[in-house]
Amino acid sequence: MLYALLCYNDEDMVYSWTPEEDAAVMAKIRVVQERLISEGKLGPSLRLLPTTSATSVRKTGGEPLVIDGPYAETKEQLLGFYILDVANLEEALAVTRELGEANPTSNYEIRPVGLYFGDERQGASKAASA
Amino acid sequence: MNDLAWINAALIGARPQAVGALLRYFRDLDTAEEAFQEASLRALKSWPRNGPPRDPAAWLILVGRNAALDGVRKRSRDAVLPDEAALSDLEDVEAPLAERLDGSHYRDDVLRLLFVCGHPDLPATQQIALALRIVSGLSVKQIARAFLVSEAAMEQRITRAKARIAKAETPFETPGAVERSERLGVVAAMLYLVFNEGYSAGDGEARAQLCNEAIRLARLLLRLFPTEPEIMGLTALMLLQHARGPARFDADREIVLLEDQDRRRWDGKLIAEGLALIDKAIRHRAPGAYQVQAAIAALHARAERFEDTDWRGIERLYATLEILQPSPVVTLNRAAALSKVEGPAAALKLIEPLAERLDGYFHFHGARGALLLQLGRDREARTCFDQAIALANTAAEANHIRQHLDRLARESSHAVSDASPAARP
Repeated sequence: MLYALLCYNDEDMVYSWTPEEDAAVMAKIRVVQERLISEGKLGPSLRLLPTTSATSVRKTGGEPLVIDGPYAETKEQLLGFYILDVANLEEALAVTRELGEANPTSNYEIRPVGLYFGDERQGASKAASA
Repeated sequence: MNDLAWINAALIGARPQAVGALLRYFRDLDTAEEAFQEASLRALKSWPRNGPPRDPAAWLILVGRNAALDGVRKRSRDAVLPDEAALSDLEDVEAPLAERLDGSHYRDDVLRLLFVCGHPDLPATQQIALALRIVSGLSVKQIARAFLVSEAAMEQRITRAKARIAKAETPFETPGAVERSERLGVVAAMLYLVFNEGYSAGDGEARAQLCNEAIRLARLLLRLFPTEPEIMGLTALMLLQHARGPARFDADREIVLLEDQDRRRWDGKLIAEGLALIDKAIRHRAPGAYQVQAAIAALHARAERFEDTDWRGIERLYATLEILQPSPVVTLNRAAALSKVEGPAAALKLIEPLAERLDGYFHFHGARGALLLQLGRDREARTCFDQAIALANTAAEANHIRQHLDRLARESSHAVSDASPAARP
C-alpha cells in the first residue's frame, strides 16, 4: 500500500533553527530514510522551500487567478512529504513515529495514495540538487 | 534536537509577533520586553511537560500580558493606580480564545515593532543594534561581538536608541494603506542594513548570524505581506547574496573575488528560493530598486561559470538602477559590467566623472586601478591602488589590493619586455 506522509510544522519555528540545528535534524531523518530505502519502503521524498516562495492558482469562473503565497493560511505549513510503500496503516504509523522522533516538533498526516506516477522524465536523476 | 533547542527556536520564531502585540498593549518597549521575558521563562517550565502549544505566539502574548498586569497590580498597591487609558485593549484579559490572532493582527504588530527599530530618527548603527536586541532577541554580548565593540558600549548604544524611540511619536493606531506602505519601505531599508552589516565586513560566525537574522525577518515580513514585490525583491537579494557566503572567503579568510569563487560551494537551496522569489516579483510589473538588485544577483547565480555571466544583462539592469536609485556607487558597478562588454576604456570613461564624489571610497580606487592596469597604464594604476589601500575597511580588502601591487612590483622588476598587462594564467 502506498501512503503519502505529509509533514507539517510551524514555519516561524523551523526557520528559526540555526544552520547547525537544521543540519542535525536532517541527519537524523536521513538515518531513518536510509533504513527505509534498504527495506524498499521509501519512494520519492522531498522538502519544500518556504511558503513565501509559493504561488497559488484559484479558479474563480473566469481567468484562473494567480495569487502569491500558499493555498491556505494555516498555523502549521506543509513543509515536505514522503511516499511510503508499507503493508498497512500500522506500519505507516510506526515509520511516522520514528521520523517524529528525529524531528520532535513536526506533525504528520498519513494519506493513502490513489494514483501514482513515478518520475517519468528522461534520465531523471534520483535527487534534484534543489 | 533536545527540549531546550526546540523551545528556543519556538521562542525566537514567535518573538516578533509576541513582542509586537505586547508593545501594542503596553505602549512601552521595556514593559513589552519584560513581559515577553517572563512568558519565556514560564514556557521553559511548561512546554517540556506539555509539548509546544499549537500557537506559540498567542500563548506567549497571553501569558506575557497577564504576567505584566500582575506586576502592575502589585506595584499599584503601594502607588497611585495606573491610568487605565495608558493600558489599551485590556477588556479581554480572560479570553484566551480571543488571542487566536489572525494574520492581519500580527501583520501590523510586527510591522510596527520593526518600524520602531528602523525609525528615521535613529542612526543606522542604532537601528541595527535595536532590531537585533528587540526583534531578534540577541543578547547584548552577541551584538557587541558582531560589531567588535565592548559590551558596555553596546549596552549604551541600545539604551540611547530606546530613549530616542521613547521621545519619538510611535504610531499605535492601525495604519492605512499609505502609512503601511511607507512603513514597509522603512523596515525593508532597516533589514538590508542588518544584512549588510553581516555581509560586508568579513566572515565569522557572529557576522553570518546577522545575515541569517535579516533573511529570517524578511521571510516573516513576506509571509505577512505576501503580495509586496519589493519585499520579495529584498528577500531574494539577500538570499542570492548570502548563497555565495561559503565561497567568499578562503582558508586564510581572504576575500575570494566573484570570478575566482568555486561556484559548487554556493548554497543551491538559497539560490533556488531567491530565484523563485524574483520570478514571482517580476510578475507584478512594479519594478523597484530591491527587485533590480536581486535580478542582477540572479544573473550571477544563473551563470554556471564566471565566463557564462550575462554582462550585457547586468549592465542594463544597473542602468535601470541608476534611474530608480541614482548613486555614484551604482554607476561604478555599471562600469564594471560595461568593461566586460565594451572593454576597460569605455568603463573608465564612465567612472572618471565620479572621481570627486567617490574620492574617499575604497572600491572606486580599487576598480579604477584595475581598469588602468588592463589598459597598461601601470604607474597610474599603482597610484590608485595606493589610495585604495589607505581606504580599506578590512584586512581582507587591503590584502586584495596588495596582491595587485605586488604583481605590479614583480612585473616592473622582471618582465620589462612583457607588455601584455591583461595576461593572466
